[in-house]
Parts: sequence; C-alpha cells; structure tokens
Amino acid sequence: MTDKTHLFEYLLRLGDNALVLGQRLGEWVAHGPELEEEMAMANFALDYIGQARLFLSYAGEVEGQRRDEDQLAFLRDSIDFKNVLLVEQPNGDFGQTIARQFLYESFYQFQLEGLSRSTDTRIAEIAERVSKEIRYHLRHTRKWVLRLGDGTDESHKRIQNSFDELWRFSGELFVADETDNWAVEHGIGPNPETLSSRWNQFVGAALTEATLIQPDDGWMDGGGRYGRHSEHLGYLLADMQFLQRAYPAASW
Amino acid sequence: MVLTAKADKDTVWRLLSEVPDPEIPVLSIVDLGIVRWVRTDHTRIAVGIAPTYTGCPATEVIAANVLKHLGQNGLDATVERVLSPPWTTDWISDEGRKKLHAYGIAPPAGSTNDELRVACPRCDSKQTEKVSEFGSTPCKASYKCSDCLEPFEYFKCL
Repeated sequence: MTDKTHLFEYLLRLGDNALVLGQRLGEWVAHGPELEEEMAMANFALDYIGQARLFLSYAGEVEGQRRDEDQLAFLRDSIDFKNVLLVEQPNGDFGQTIARQFLYESFYQFQLEGLSRSTDTRIAEIAERVSKEIRYHLRHTRKWVLRLGDGTDESHKRIQNSFDELWRFSGELFVADETDNWAVEHGIGPNPETLSSRWNQFVGAALTEATLIQPDDGWMDGGGRYGRHSEHLGYLLADMQFLQRAYPAASW
Repeated sequence: MVLTAKADKDTVWRLLSEVPDPEIPVLSIVDLGIVRWVRTDHTRIAVGIAPTYTGCPATEVIAANVLKHLGQNGLDATVERVLSPPWTTDWISDEGRKKLHAYGIAPPAGSTNDELRVACPRCDSKQTEKVSEFGSTPCKASYKCSDCLEPFEYFKCL
C-alpha cells in the first residue's frame, strides 16, 4: 500500500467510528429516559457527526476520486465501513448506551491525545479541537457510570451486564495492524497497543468507584476495521442511507 | 451592485462586528471570538472563522451570513475555516460576556474541568443548581436559580 492509501484508510477509520457512533446516539432523540439526557445524547451525536465530517472530507481529498463527505457517508456499503464493532452495537437500555460510550470515549481520549501531536497538521488540528469535546462528554458519561453502578440493585445489575456484554468489543481498539504501524512510523498517530494500559487504568478506576466488576479479558471480537461487521451495522446504514439511496442527490 | 475586494481591514472588522451569532443574536461573531483574522491585499478579502464546536450547525449559517453582509456592503470576500488554535470560551470578549449576562445567559466562568458556582444572570445569586450539562445548543448547559427560582442557561466552559 502507498502512503496515500494508508492515510485514506486511517482517516476512514476515524471518520467511520465518529459517524456510526453519532448515528447511534442520534437514535435516542425522542426516546430518552428524560429530556435532559435526551439533549445530552443529541449533543453528543452532533459533536460526532461534526467530527465525522472533518475526517471524511479529508479522506475524500486524500483519495482524490472526487468523493466528498456525503458520498463517503451515504453511498458506501457495510463492507466498506472501517469502524470498530463497539460503536455499531445497539443502544440497548440507557445503561448499555452509557457503557458503550464510556468504553469507547475512554479509548478515544487517549487516541486523540496522540493524534494532536500528529505530523499531519490537519489531523493534529482536528484532534486538538475534538479532545476538548470528548473531555466534556467523558465527564458526563463517567458520572452516569457511577450513578448507575452505585445506584439501585436494578441499575447496578443492568450496567454490569452491559459492561460484561460489551467487553469483548474492547480488544479491537488496541490491535495494531499494517495501517497503524504505518501511522506510527510516519508520526501520524499513536500505536494503539501502547494506549491499553492507560485505558485499563482509567476504566478500572471508574468501575471500582461504581462498585462494578471489571470483566476478564476473554475472547475478543474484531474485524470491523476490515469491513467484517456485526449484523447491526446493516440496519443502521439502511436507516441512515435510505434517503440518498432512494432519491440520489436529494438535498434540503 | 458590482462587488469590490478593495477595503481596509478596519472596515471589514467593523462590518463583521455587525454580523450576529445566529443562535445568540445578542452577540456579534466578533464578540464571540470566532473571527480569527482578516486578510486583505486589495485583490481579495479573506475572513478566517473558527467553529465553536465541530458539529455546530451554525458554522455554515455564519459563513453565509458573513458573505451576505459583506456583499450588501459591496465587498467580495471568501471565508476560511480555522481549526487551530481551537476556539474556547476564553475567546469571548469582555464586551461579549457583558452582553450575555444582560441577555440572561450566564457567561462562562473558569475552565472546562472546574465545577464552579454559576451566578444567576437575573438576581446574581450564587445559590444555583445544574439541571443538565447540556442545553438548547451545543455551547450551553441548563441551570436554575434556587433564590429567584428562574431557570437559565449557562454558556459552558470549553
């Protein structure tokens, strides 16, 4: 692979993680447990869609095939999406959404920290901007982990189950492959393997404080970055892409 | 009207200070601190604008409003997006903070990680309570005052 194809791939992964998670969070609109939390989810979603736009427009420019952010978002099929499996998992109950959000953003904060030192100034600038948003999200998400974990028996049980269920998707976040190695070699981004101990510490501290048990690392799922997705992504894309597929080039 | 790109920087800045933020119209985009620079060389005028949040839907409206207002004043300009250094609430001018307070939105206090007592913009009481860290736009949180009992919005720190 050339530098150009590696960079394109790298940006797609960043953009698709943000896009898919943003779409998932947006599903809470009109379904939130209370108005304030619904606004929180909508605000999170908006931030992620904004991030996806920055990464995907850059990806489109790097690719040089005249595909813009919209074409990349709405006209690719599941197999061409490069997001990790964690972000496409269904919302479940509110606790499951919080667990997914906490696991992912705990990783994303450290990834962004590395990206903000990227030799690619555009990536560095985006990461610096986005870091501030994620820090604000995490403050909120972590509080909910504590409230649900150290809350009622029911909330404790539910969020513990969610962490147990989602844990197998955490491994994929820290596996370095050819594209990651390329990124490390060129100072584009951090080696994901090096982020795992800080992530474990950060997540572990919150779980302990929330009286939750950190699940054991067992068999880990993966393959999202190579287009091998869970069945959930197809439904998400069907929902998100329907309009552009049915009415090509439709606009407001 | 034939548009020209000949204008001095002061004129452009003055015109920009007349463009309101679409979501908080009491503030101009200059008060909000999102206009980063103006470049003029008598052949082109460029304005650098920093988005408040990456997903803020107002960013595109602001760019369109800038071009429209400058255009109505006979100027031909372009707008560029500036990401670095990122916008934070520290970029809001003192004038902007006063305007926010007068408008009933508590201006930002402290930095992102602080848990501060936010003063009620109506009665100045510090007995206030956070209702939600999120509000009607990405840049605001929801509060209520325990003294005058009014709900209010807080321009959150970032």
